[in-house]
Formats: sequence, structure tokens, C-alpha cells
Amino acid sequence: MQKMVITPHKSLWSIDWKELWRYRDLVGMFIRRNIVVQYKQTIIGPLWYIVQPVLTVIMNMIVFGGIAKMSTDGAPQILFYMVGNICWFYFADCLNQTSTTFSANQRMFGKVYFPRLVVPIAVVVSNLLRFGIQFMLFVAIYGYFLFNSAEVHPNAALLLLPVLVVMTGGLGLGFGILVSSLTTKYRDLTILFNFIVQLWMYATPIVYPLSMIGKRSLRTFIMINPMTSIVETFRYATLGQGYFSWALLAYSFIFMLLLLGFSIVIFNSVQRSFMDTI
Amino acid sequence: MEKAIEFENIGKQYRLGVISTGTISHDLNRWWSVHILRREDPYLKIGEVNDRSLAGESDYVWALRNINFSVEKGEVVGIIGRNGSGKSTLLKLLSRVTSPTTGKIVAEGRIASLLEVGTGFHPEMTGRENIFLNGAIMGMTKAEIARKLDEIVDFSGCERYLDTPVKRYSSGMIVRLGFAIAAHLEPEILVVDEVLAVGDAEFQQKAIGKMQDVAQGGGRTVLFVSHNMNAVRNLCRRGIVLNNGQLVYDGAVNDAVNFYLHNGCDSDIEGKEITAYISSSAYYIRIDKILYNGSSRDVTVISNNQSYVDLIVEGHTELPLKADLSLTIRNMDETPLASLSTGHFTGLLDHVPAGDFVLKKRIRLPHFLFKGTCLVDIALHQPGVSMHFYAPRAVRMEIEGNTGTYGHALQIKDNGLVGLECNDIE
Repeated sequence: MQKMVITPHKSLWSIDWKELWRYRDLVGMFIRRNIVVQYKQTIIGPLWYIVQPVLTVIMNMIVFGGIAKMSTDGAPQILFYMVGNICWFYFADCLNQTSTTFSANQRMFGKVYFPRLVVPIAVVVSNLLRFGIQFMLFVAIYGYFLFNSAEVHPNAALLLLPVLVVMTGGLGLGFGILVSSLTTKYRDLTILFNFIVQLWMYATPIVYPLSMIGKRSLRTFIMINPMTSIVETFRYATLGQGYFSWALLAYSFIFMLLLLGFSIVIFNSVQRSFMDTI
Repeated sequence: MEKAIEFENIGKQYRLGVISTGTISHDLNRWWSVHILRREDPYLKIGEVNDRSLAGESDYVWALRNINFSVEKGEVVGIIGRNGSGKSTLLKLLSRVTSPTTGKIVAEGRIASLLEVGTGFHPEMTGRENIFLNGAIMGMTKAEIARKLDEIVDFSGCERYLDTPVKRYSSGMIVRLGFAIAAHLEPEILVVDEVLAVGDAEFQQKAIGKMQDVAQGGGRTVLFVSHNMNAVRNLCRRGIVLNNGQLVYDGAVNDAVNFYLHNGCDSDIEGKEITAYISSSAYYIRIDKILYNGSSRDVTVISNNQSYVDLIVEGHTELPLKADLSLTIRNMDETPLASLSTGHFTGLLDHVPAGDFVLKKRIRLPHFLFKGTCLVDIALHQPGVSMHFYAPRAVRMEIEGNTGTYGHALQIKDNGLVGLECNDIE
């Protein structure tokens, strides 16, 4: 029989992975809930997921491609913007939705114990569906260009795509639960947060290529952003244009691992008593 | 016997007031002492006993302090106490919703806590989807739920609505479904808050029945918190009374309930003065105190062999009165079951001169009473002439009932209030 000891303080590092594994069915249930609930009482259901990227890409083509005449490094505009946007949507969705883990679920958390990490993990996984559908749309348009024009150059870096997706999800999760943990007691950051995410998009090469940034200091700043290498690698792999460097990718990857580790530790220590302070 | 749960010196401190810029200095001070100076948390030394009615000196209160007790395997323990006595905090600690400030709880086995039924139900999802979701939240695996699905649906009586979103359910159905899932958990330790206070009478009976099965058949440990003294007495063998965050009584359930209702904490316990129920009184009369069965509060227990109840009314009258002190005992749906109306039968009234008065009556109880809860109206009147005062449904009387030789007490709802007696005819 399992023995349980409840004490005031546990070491920061005592994260019960076994317990999390025992609750894997719950992760599944939450994933299902997140997905199913979104398109209840709709007719076309998950197809709504493609409306957002389509409209955004069209807007980008008009504003940045048409009016501002920003370069896409020779890649077809529609594909260029789409790559950036679907990566960013996945990151921003994970980030926004996990950043309210504690405040949005306080009623449930106040009544039943289960490892709280289950909730943000389910969010990140269920957003994959949305990403997948948007990616399919991208693949369809990409296929058209692949056979009808010479502007796209896929290469071996395509094999990195799954890693890029994991990195995006990991970064979103890491930042999200960190914000969620930091804002249970003092909510100042919540007020700033949505605004920060919007600005962050402009610090990531979504609507412009990294190659367009000439100024050294600005370029360094943008490269410090761990999302930069993910978006650029994604573009490089599919379109053949973009900045690819193992070093920068490794930096993002290590950044993600450290961030996740740090965030999980903080999240874990907050979950023990956040009900008293939220 | 093996221990199932052990509480060692458990305490839980809360900070009152709002969290804002003011609290950050406390946080910094705490962090400085604990992490840099490696001293004890300075705020743990302060803090007061949690009595919500008194304005305190400190911003910190102890919702629980120095709680020590252990529960043996298979025991069913009722935890009683007035609102704010720390019952729910205790359950929250046990169900790991929050962690204690001091002390340690050691539990052997899986704990399932029912602080609420239907936690995590999503209104947009169907009954079936919610069974799986809620079951998983409570710690069941998917396979376990699938195995018990039929039983759960059967118990809830919601089969017809199984594939309809829960938002279309009546609130009673949601509760039924929630409880049905919870009832089919199979933890070693079950922690139950007052979830039984919801649902209709039939369902409450069903729920209590299920809890009894769990407690007796399964040999599982149950902690049960409730204000419903009958439910506590029915379910539990041991009772623990909390008052202001401290454990004040621990013993057999009947003694604990009596302690809670009478002893010492008379002025503390939940409920009102009987005099607060006076709905009408004549201009010439003032009632200062009513004692029913020795208590001025609106809840009392009639124990097994009790042969009388004393009713004492103190007050002041401007006019001399002719008065008949009368009572009506009603069951919970307010049907009258018995009355005291001496004047009606005998024509004898009390003559109360103007000034302060004390009326003392000893009401003989029949030999056999059935078990249950009754409401008592108290009135002072001159029959057919005037009503001096009237206090409807002023006392809730919990009758323990006579267990007789069969070991269980017959219920008022099935048998009425009074057990008749008979002799053989020669």
C-alpha cells in the first residue's frame, strides 16, 4: 500500500514524476476536453482553426508585403508568412493558455488534488491538434508551389521539424507556467503579460526575415530570442531561405531545457500552497 | 489495529486582509529570516486562536493549531464543529489542496476527497464524457472507469441523459451524477465534506446508505464532516469536535454530538437563542429567556431513556395574565405530531401577576419515542382569548430513539413520534 506523508515544506527538487505518470489518463481526458469543447455546437468544427491563419496571412501579405514592401528573401509571400504565423500561433497559444493555469482552474484545484502539471501539459498537447491542422493547410499550399514554381527548396533540415515543434511547445509551456506561478500572489505581471506577448511577436522574425536586420545590436537582440532560431530553421528547411545555424539552434534548445527545468521547480513549489494566496 | 491516518501537531496559519503592496514587506522579511539568516519564520510565533467574532490584535490567525489524533483502519470518524471551527481546513490539508503550516500527516493508502461532487464537470460535455473526466480527476484510470460505467450510470439514474451535455441537466441530476462517480471510487481512505446537504431526501438517503456500505463492507476509513447530526450519528462510531481550530473533544459519536450541542461551547455553537424565534408577542409582555431541555439554544438532543423535558420561560409582564404554556411538536415537513395544551383539557390556567415571572414546566415524555428530528413551537396564551407570545419552530429536537432489543431505532418518518404500549388481556 502506498504511504503518503503531508508536511509543510518539501525540498524544491522533490517532483513526483511517478505520480505524474500515474495520472497520464487524466492528461488524456484534459486533452480531449480542451479539443472537444472548442467546437461543440459548431458545424464545421475544427476547420475553424484554419480561418485564423488564412486571415492573418492575407493581412500580412497586404500590410507587410504590399504596403511596406518588406522582403521575403525571394520566398513566396504566402508561404513565408504562413510558416512564421503557424509557429508563432502555436507558441503564443501554449504560452497564453498555460499562463493562467492557476487562476483559471482555482475552483477545481481548490477541491481535488492531482498533480497540477497535468493541466498545462494537456494544454500544450491539445494545441498540437490546432497546429497540425494549420500545418496541413501549409503543406497543401506548399505542395502547390513545389510542383508549380522553383521558389521553394526543401532540404534535409526538414528532419528537424519534429524537434522544432517540441522546442516551440516546450518554450510556451516553460514561460507559461512560470508566469502562472509568479502571478498567483502578486498579479502585477498579469496586467503586462498580454501586451508583452504582442510585442514579443515583433521581436521574432515572423513578418520579416532575419537577414533584413542589418544593425548588429538589433540583430543580436533578436537572436537572443529563443523563438528566432526555430522560425528561421523552419523556413530554411521548407523554403530554402532563412538563417540556419546549429549553434543558434542548440542555444534555443538548451534555453528551452533550462527554462522548463526552472519553471517546473517553481511551479511545483507554488502548487503546494497557492490556494492560500491566489 | 493498524493506523490509517495520523495527525501530528498539525497547524495551519492564514493571513487576514487583502494581498497588496502591504504584504510584500512581510514576504521579504520572512524570506530574509528563513533563507538568509536561517532562522525560524518570524510570523509563525504570532497569530491568534481563530475566533471570527472577536476583532483580533494580529493579522495572522491559526485556522488549526496543535491537532493530534490518529484514525485506525476501517474507522468511520465524524468531524463536527460550528462554521469556521477548522473542519474544512482539516479536510483540505488531508486532500492536499493546500499544505499545513506546521506538523505532519501520515496516511496509509490512497486518499479520495469529496469536498464537492462533480468537480471539473464541463457544462458543454455530455454526461458520459464528464464521467470519464471527473473520474480521472478523482484519480481513477480510464480502464477502471470504463469497467464501472454501467454501475455509475445505474446509481445516478441519469441513463437517458447520458449523451446530453451536462448544461442541460437539472442541478439535482448533476449532483446525482457527481456523487455516483465518487461513490464508485475505491480508495483506502475517503474524506467527505457536506456533500450530502444537496439533493432531495430520497437521494440523501441513498447517499448515506452508500456511505454506510463503503464504511462497513469495504473496511475502508472514512472521515466525514457534517452539520447534520443525524447523519453523523448514523454513519460514524467516533466523533471529533473542533472549536476555534482546536480539538476539544474526541470520543464515541453520541458523546461527541452531545458535547457539541450542550457542553461548554453553548454560546459558541451554531444556532440562535430560542427567544429569537418569537414571531409575535403582546405589547404587555417581554420574554427574557427560554430554556428547553436545559438549553437556551435552538438545538437539543433527547436521549434514549429521557423521561421528561423541562421548559422554563422567564420574562416580565405589565398586566396580570391568565396563561397556558403550550407546545407543538412537528416533524420536519411541519406536520403536527403532538401537543401540550393543559388548559384545553383541564381548564386550569396559570395566574401570573404583573411583574417578573418564571414559568417552569416539566413535560413527561412517553415511554417510547421514535428516532428523528422534530421542530417545536412554543406559545403562551389564554385559550380562546389572547396570545401572549408565540415562537414557531423554535427548537430543533433531535430524538435519539429507543434502540430496543433489535439494535436499531425505528424512525419517526416511518412510525410517527410515539411508540404505543400494550398488555396482554387477562
